Amino acid sequence: MMTPQQIVRSGDVELAVYAWGQAHSARPTVVLVHGYPDAASVWRQTAEHLALAHHVVAYDVRGAGRSSSPDHTAAFDLQHLVTDLAAVIDAVSPRRAVHLVAHDWGSIQSWEAVTTSRLQGRIASYTTISGPSLDHAGFWLAQRLRSGAPEDLAAIARQAAHSWYIGIFHLPVLAPSAWTLGLDKLWPGILEKIEGVRADASPTQSRDGSIGVNLYRANIANRVLNPSERRTDVPVQLIFPRGDHFMIPEIWDDLPKWAPNLWRRDTDAGHWVQVSHPKLVADWAAEFIDFVESGHETQALVRARHYARQSGKPCSGKLVVVIGGGAGPGREAALSYAEQGACVVVADLDIQAAERTAELATLLGADAYARRVDVGDGADMELFATWLGRELGAPDIVINSAGTDMAGSFFDSSDQDWARVLDVNLWGVIRGARLFGQQMLDAGKQGHIINVASTGAFTPSATRTVYNTSRAAALMLSDCLRGELAGKGLHVGTVLYQKRGLRPGRVAAAILDAVDNRRDEVVVGMGAVGSRLLGRFLPSLSRRLARLDAAG
Amino acid sequence: MTTPAHSALTSADLEHFRQVQRLAYECAETIAGELQPGMTEREAATLQKTWLLDHGVDDWFHQPFAWFGDRTAFRGPVGYKFLGGFNPAFYPGLRRLEEGMPFILDCAPTVQGYTADIGYCGVLGGNRLLDKLMDDLADYRRLILGMAKERRPLSAISQAVDALCEQHGYDPRHKAYPFETLAHRVEKLADDGKKSHLSLFNFGVRNVTELLKDRFKGGQDGWSPIWNSAKSSDHPPTPGLWAVEPHLGFRDVGAKWEELLVITEDDAFWLDEDVPHVRRWQQRGLWRAADRAPV
Repeated sequence: MMTPQQIVRSGDVELAVYAWGQAHSARPTVVLVHGYPDAASVWRQTAEHLALAHHVVAYDVRGAGRSSSPDHTAAFDLQHLVTDLAAVIDAVSPRRAVHLVAHDWGSIQSWEAVTTSRLQGRIASYTTISGPSLDHAGFWLAQRLRSGAPEDLAAIARQAAHSWYIGIFHLPVLAPSAWTLGLDKLWPGILEKIEGVRADASPTQSRDGSIGVNLYRANIANRVLNPSERRTDVPVQLIFPRGDHFMIPEIWDDLPKWAPNLWRRDTDAGHWVQVSHPKLVADWAAEFIDFVESGHETQALVRARHYARQSGKPCSGKLVVVIGGGAGPGREAALSYAEQGACVVVADLDIQAAERTAELATLLGADAYARRVDVGDGADMELFATWLGRELGAPDIVINSAGTDMAGSFFDSSDQDWARVLDVNLWGVIRGARLFGQQMLDAGKQGHIINVASTGAFTPSATRTVYNTSRAAALMLSDCLRGELAGKGLHVGTVLYQKRGLRPGRVAAAILDAVDNRRDEVVVGMGAVGSRLLGRFLPSLSRRLARLDAAG
Repeated sequence: MTTPAHSALTSADLEHFRQVQRLAYECAETIAGELQPGMTEREAATLQKTWLLDHGVDDWFHQPFAWFGDRTAFRGPVGYKFLGGFNPAFYPGLRRLEEGMPFILDCAPTVQGYTADIGYCGVLGGNRLLDKLMDDLADYRRLILGMAKERRPLSAISQAVDALCEQHGYDPRHKAYPFETLAHRVEKLADDGKKSHLSLFNFGVRNVTELLKDRFKGGQDGWSPIWNSAKSSDHPPTPGLWAVEPHLGFRDVGAKWEELLVITEDDAFWLDEDVPHVRRWQQRGLWRAADRAPV
């Protein structure tokens, strides 16, 4: 249970304001605005993370939590809500502009705040989560209705299907009374079931839910059906949770028009991302605030800025790491992802080859980086992973396409040969999965680890003992790891291909297929499929065929 | 290996070849300037043909080709390699030119027995991918000449071109030409004074006959008039004229140049250094003084 630090008056309403961390000249103030049917408590964990370096303030919006409620619906309109926000800002940071972070209805009213003159110069930056400006939504709707194009109408239909509750909230008596007749008690359970979010039960839930319905009644019809043009030059960071049940991605398509200073980041989470991923939201908010304060734009923000301008491709906003991306299937996969709008990081032992891939990816319109990495060197891989985590954040897709070959008699293979091949083909996979898998888990990503290898992984051969042994071990590693990560949302896929006579583009297509369809294993090429089937159903024949290698 | 009988070209012969090649490039540059959105490949090919006939052309190695859009990279049916690359989609079609679309014009006129074969690419508006491909094509011109001067086997040169394509991340789209041709022979024909000569399927009968004769004689003497990566090209550069045409593809954009390479008993040089793609590299600072052949 949180205790208000102060009560701020706004007209005839009293607002309960909570604070974390000390106000200080070196510490900018962050104001958190909650949505519906929540109260300031929805920010508790995020605020605690943010308070390590910031002065953090949250307040109960009128009618919610411990704030008082006006007695008529019209007093819930956006103008009153902005007046409240202004009163809070003036009280907690009278001289210095604040940074806004807002969610859902908090975000809707904050859009109003950054686009009206009342708070001009008082808001330094705005991080918005899952709440569009109602006027922007109105234009979005009107423009698509006017165009009448099938894909536009389909987008409207999909957004309407995600907004069903708005209609319900306009029903007299029923909507508010649902909250007082037991919905409030069921709410934490519903959240956990549908959203997978474990929220603290709020003592004011029944009141937050029933009174908050007025937000919809006072504003939606007014604004959406009769929108006015609202622009802002305030730096805006859009955080889009891909799993939001109430919002479709297309709703943000027109945003750069209204907010040209725009950064965008997507994450695999539901509507209440600040509850499910409080540290992530706090980190992203802090990174953005630090940038606005200091002018230092991190690589991740550069990427977010580019992404805001070119969303709408299948992999926009995704970060793809391709190890061994300087040639062959790795290069082709990197280029395919570049075409689909992803940011690609190309790692290769041959830096010139990696740079060439990155250059081509850039020509295809992507952000691309080239790094020299020796996957056989643990320290090198760690440096690479650290750089990635620091500069660009956790990847969404990691493709390990590096490998080294070796053929010849087992008795000619030295310890050094074994060490070299195992270092690259097995340890490279181990390290990649460990370092990047951990980054993905920490960031809560529903990511993919794809290991690329040849059919040697399951085809015995008399002349490729070293190579095939290394690949077989990596294949088993993938199979075991897949089991462990299944419950955590991370996908591990293996792409196995015959080395001879196959265009790299076909292997790259298989890599994309493994990712898109979360396939455990994709075998590419007729010979490869044949040899896989043989190993499965006629293993003794497969073993006999191994002898032919020695003869031939 | 014996030298083909009619490879003994005089400097006057070379000057005639040079004049025809300049005429062909002038045609390509003129027609490229006349291309408009909405024009079809066939219209572009006809414009070239009419222009050349108006300028004294009396025969063809092949009549003018034009490819627009992804057809410059030989995507779709034009890229099918059945029948050794002979395929009807190769001929100019009904694809219409749009803003930002790359195009390739390719013509091979003969004037009084002297033949040129050139390739010219451009774009209506701008295209970053095409710019990059055209820039990188300079490396191929250097590579081919350098290795030819060293008298490396033609197949080795062609394989080096393949390797450079792989390094660049490009498809070697000349492999979609008949016989995966990187270059082919061009011979001097007799000047019979006639104003026109027979073409079959857009190819000049006299020039193709020379190619077939070379094929037959070369088969006996151990060389091939088709220069590609195969074993049949595993021989030192054969003296005479070669129309060299590296053609690169990346995604849906293709680019090429084509010009005559002169091979002598102990040297090799480009017939003409004053060609549009070299001028373009000079303008963009991609052409070094060292690249200029001694005149």
